[in-house]
Amino acid sequence: MRNNKFVDIKNISMTYHTLDNETIALKELSFHVDKGEIVSLVGPSGCGKSTILSIIAGLLKPSTGEIFIDGHRIDGPNKASGYMFQRDNLFPWRTILQNVLIGLEIQKKVNDESIARVSQLLDTYGLGEFKNHYPDQLSGGMRQRVALIRTLAVEPELLLLDEPFSALDYQNRLAVGDEIARIIKKEGKTALMVTHDVGEAISMSDRVLVLSNRPATIKNIHHIQLTCQSDNPSPIQCREAPEFRHYFNLIWKELDVYVK
Amino acid sequence: MLNKDNENVKYSPQHQEFLRAVKRNKLQIKASQVGFLMLFIICWEVAANLKWIDPFFFSKPSDIFKLLVRLSADGSLIMHTTVSVYETLMGFVIGTVLGTIVAIMLWWSDFIAKVVDPYLVVLNALPKIALGPIIIIWAGAGTRGIIVTALLISIVVTILSTFNGFKEVDTEKIKMLKTFGATKLQILQKVVLPASVPTMINTMKINIGMSWVGVIVGEFLVSKAGLGYLIVYGGQVFRLDIVMAGVIVLAVATFVMYQFVAWVENRFLRWKQ
Ligand SMILES: Nc1ncnc2c1ncn2[C@@H]1O[C@H](COP(=O)(O)OP(=O)(O)O)[C@@H](O)[C@H]1O
Ligand SMILES: [Mg+2]
Repeated sequence: MRNNKFVDIKNISMTYHTLDNETIALKELSFHVDKGEIVSLVGPSGCGKSTILSIIAGLLKPSTGEIFIDGHRIDGPNKASGYMFQRDNLFPWRTILQNVLIGLEIQKKVNDESIARVSQLLDTYGLGEFKNHYPDQLSGGMRQRVALIRTLAVEPELLLLDEPFSALDYQNRLAVGDEIARIIKKEGKTALMVTHDVGEAISMSDRVLVLSNRPATIKNIHHIQLTCQSDNPSPIQCREAPEFRHYFNLIWKELDVYVK
Repeated sequence: MLNKDNENVKYSPQHQEFLRAVKRNKLQIKASQVGFLMLFIICWEVAANLKWIDPFFFSKPSDIFKLLVRLSADGSLIMHTTVSVYETLMGFVIGTVLGTIVAIMLWWSDFIAKVVDPYLVVLNALPKIALGPIIIIWAGAGTRGIIVTALLISIVVTILSTFNGFKEVDTEKIKMLKTFGATKLQILQKVVLPASVPTMINTMKINIGMSWVGVIVGEFLVSKAGLGYLIVYGGQVFRLDIVMAGVIVLAVATFVMYQFVAWVENRFLRWKQ
């Protein structure tokens, strides 16, 4: 069998330099993500999670180490990956359709075919009637879905999600998380998601990587196998699985969260 | 019209009452604004007629009005106003365009921004009017000198506030565009400029006033034509009605320009509502 490491992170280190300090954010970190997998990164805040995603997206150059996506070495922003932020970052002066087209516009790929495809995505995910609305007219959950479709519009193979639901309130968070996990699976994407919500990580992912304090190293890797794997289980249903609590306690302990 | 009636039918009586109340309130405000002006003019006229105030020093509304009619009839008012408005518009437009271009350059190159920073700070703090005589000598004691004075007064503010507006654009939005592989020029076009439109419009509002200051000062200095000339001339010959007429026309012209920018604002900021 050939090496199916879709994303291969090899010994990356990252040091930030500022005038009064240097911060070692990552030190010789290696891991991989297989094609079609959803992998979550959980770890204490400030341990370097966002840094990892920025490096994979090519926005930051690691001090040492290499990243390969689908066998290609990454050096700079690239079309293989799409990034989704905690905030939706929609442009208030653009309509929903114009917002979703921004990536294609940047890559000079706006044409009848791509507009039709993006419209189709909006229709499929319940945003069709809001195409000509402005972001201010939409709820937080809907806006986050628009942000995902904006990312999907340029057809990246890999999605990098940086705490994508943490700006939403609890109910929305479950619903939108569910929806987005479904979209990722349905569109057959590979995803690497940062979250600080252990339940979210377990219910949505195939694997959970637990990171240590800064500089981040991999403390443990959990292959999540919940007996909710029916035909088409949703993350909310997966929270009902008997193993859920077991994983939850395990990861929670590893995170070493002290109430100080 | 028909459409509007249909809309109204949809609303509940309470809501219609609410809309009427809002409308009434708006009318009251407008009426009070006009009423205040009327009252002011009437008091002034009465006080001058009854010699409570000396009309020689204070003039009076009816004299000013008569003068305005006479100056309009012989075309000189139109001429003076046109000259000043032209100079102001030129100063305003050139100042805004050049200022924005410089702000873009500063945004583009962090190095240049840091190098010129102290100069901009000093230029901003300096009362530019003090430079008036120098500019008039360099750029000529005519329309050109006046336009340059107006431009100089508005350009520094334009540069500083536009550049600050650019810097305040959400860095995560810029990062988002970078993930799509955006170039610096695309970042400027797609997010930095559109996000700064509100700042730029506010700057334009301030600049109208600034340009007028420049023009009037310039006209005070070189005195050939324009509202500033009219005002200075009136002062020199102790004709307060001429001074007042000049000031009134000036106020009207400024108001009209300001309304124009407000209209532009409404057109461009539809999404803000
Ligand atoms: N641009 C930067 N300059 C200097 N230090 C930074 C920068 N970005 C992040 N850091 C530091 O690097 C560490 C990791 O940051 P980050 O990757 O954002 O953590 P996380 O996403 O896990 O909360 C933090 O200690 C943070 O203060
Ligand atoms: Mg982070």
